[in-house]
Amino acid sequence: MLAVALSLVLMVLDHRFAHLQQLRNTLAFLTYPLHLMADLPVTTGRWLTKATATRSQLVDENQTLRSLNLKLNAELQKFESLQAENIRLRNLLDASYKVGDRVLIAELSAVDLDPYKQQVVINKGGASGVYEGQAVLDAEAVMGQVIQVTPFSSTVLLITDPSHSIPVQVLRSGLRTIAVGSGRINELNLPYLPTNSDVQEGDLLVTSGLGGKFPSGYPVARVTQVNRAPDNAFAQITAEPAAHLDRSREVLVVWSVTSASSFENETQEAMPEPDEDAAEATTEETQ
Amino acid sequence: MSSRSVWIMAIVFMLALLLMILPMPEWARPFRPQWVTLTLIYWCIALPHRVGVGTGFSLGILLDVLTGTLLGQHALGLSVVAFLSVQLHARIRVFPFWQQALAVLVLLVVEHLFALWVMGAIGQTPPGLTYWLVPLIGAVLWPWIFVTLRDVRRRFKVT
Repeated sequence: MLAVALSLVLMVLDHRFAHLQQLRNTLAFLTYPLHLMADLPVTTGRWLTKATATRSQLVDENQTLRSLNLKLNAELQKFESLQAENIRLRNLLDASYKVGDRVLIAELSAVDLDPYKQQVVINKGGASGVYEGQAVLDAEAVMGQVIQVTPFSSTVLLITDPSHSIPVQVLRSGLRTIAVGSGRINELNLPYLPTNSDVQEGDLLVTSGLGGKFPSGYPVARVTQVNRAPDNAFAQITAEPAAHLDRSREVLVVWSVTSASSFENETQEAMPEPDEDAAEATTEETQ
Repeated sequence: MSSRSVWIMAIVFMLALLLMILPMPEWARPFRPQWVTLTLIYWCIALPHRVGVGTGFSLGILLDVLTGTLLGQHALGLSVVAFLSVQLHARIRVFPFWQQALAVLVLLVVEHLFALWVMGAIGQTPPGLTYWLVPLIGAVLWPWIFVTLRDVRRRFKVT
């Protein structure tokens, strides 16, 4: 009876308030060895593949990466001039803009969590400066946000979890709304747009930066279906996440840095504290 | 209870917890048997004076933290299952295997019912029908789990 009452109290506290986060983090740290053990077979397998890779495979891979690097660098040249232009224009408008984002590369741990919640575990935690509420991206788009941090690992809630909402903007029309997770790994819902709003199939949704959790301007999803029933006040819109939520192995944890117009002076100050993983962190400039 | 018995039991429970988070292919994930519940039921039946509601509750909390569910969701179900198994241990012990499996099926369903109730209460999308296949898989596995754990218990003289 006592145990039942205690579990009920715990559930209410955990659901309604944030008091138990500390307890959760401590327990998660204690059970971290179990996570490591579960992850071990996959890690060993990957290490074996790496250790037994032949020379020709490595040369091939090297070549592919080299050509990809060249292509990306070429694209970056254009991007840099565009960015300079953007900063100039924003200066004319006296508007604030984002200075840059610092990212940290983390890897997904091969650990299965509750199958009815959309969460993943990554192998970077508080020791690398990861904090609760931080945005997580993959190479394509936004994946989710950090909800639990232990020193060496953290749990990420994916944008498709039904308890997750993300403020977005339709890139084509600038329309702002909120995308809510559906519980299915390949679907987001946009329940708050009126039937006559300017949304089409194929529209790209990007983060709007409102709400302060996600940095603005990152792609989130692409609209797949717009259903305007005349008897409904709101259109039923679904979108497909642009990130490979079920396939990515490497993810990026983002620190966004915003500042007012005199950015040269503040860039250095606004940067978060460097940590021992600073070697892995790079600075990306985005407008 | 000797400290060795405690260690053996702790290792068995750790293995069960490990099985709950071991990566499985995407299609198989909803069918993962309730390893922790099955192990808990065995120890409750075998050593009802040692293992009980307290063990169930602590295991549940650990499982909640490990799998990222609401703190207390598994703890509630496992406490109730532990209570029921301790109450029924004398009866379940003398059952033949298939009848034991049926009793265990009921206990597993009870655990899932509590979990489902919690999911509904916090507004999580209710899982599909495959959810109810999981206790069935657990019941089918029961004879093997029972024999394995009984051998472990006799071999290491856990009392």
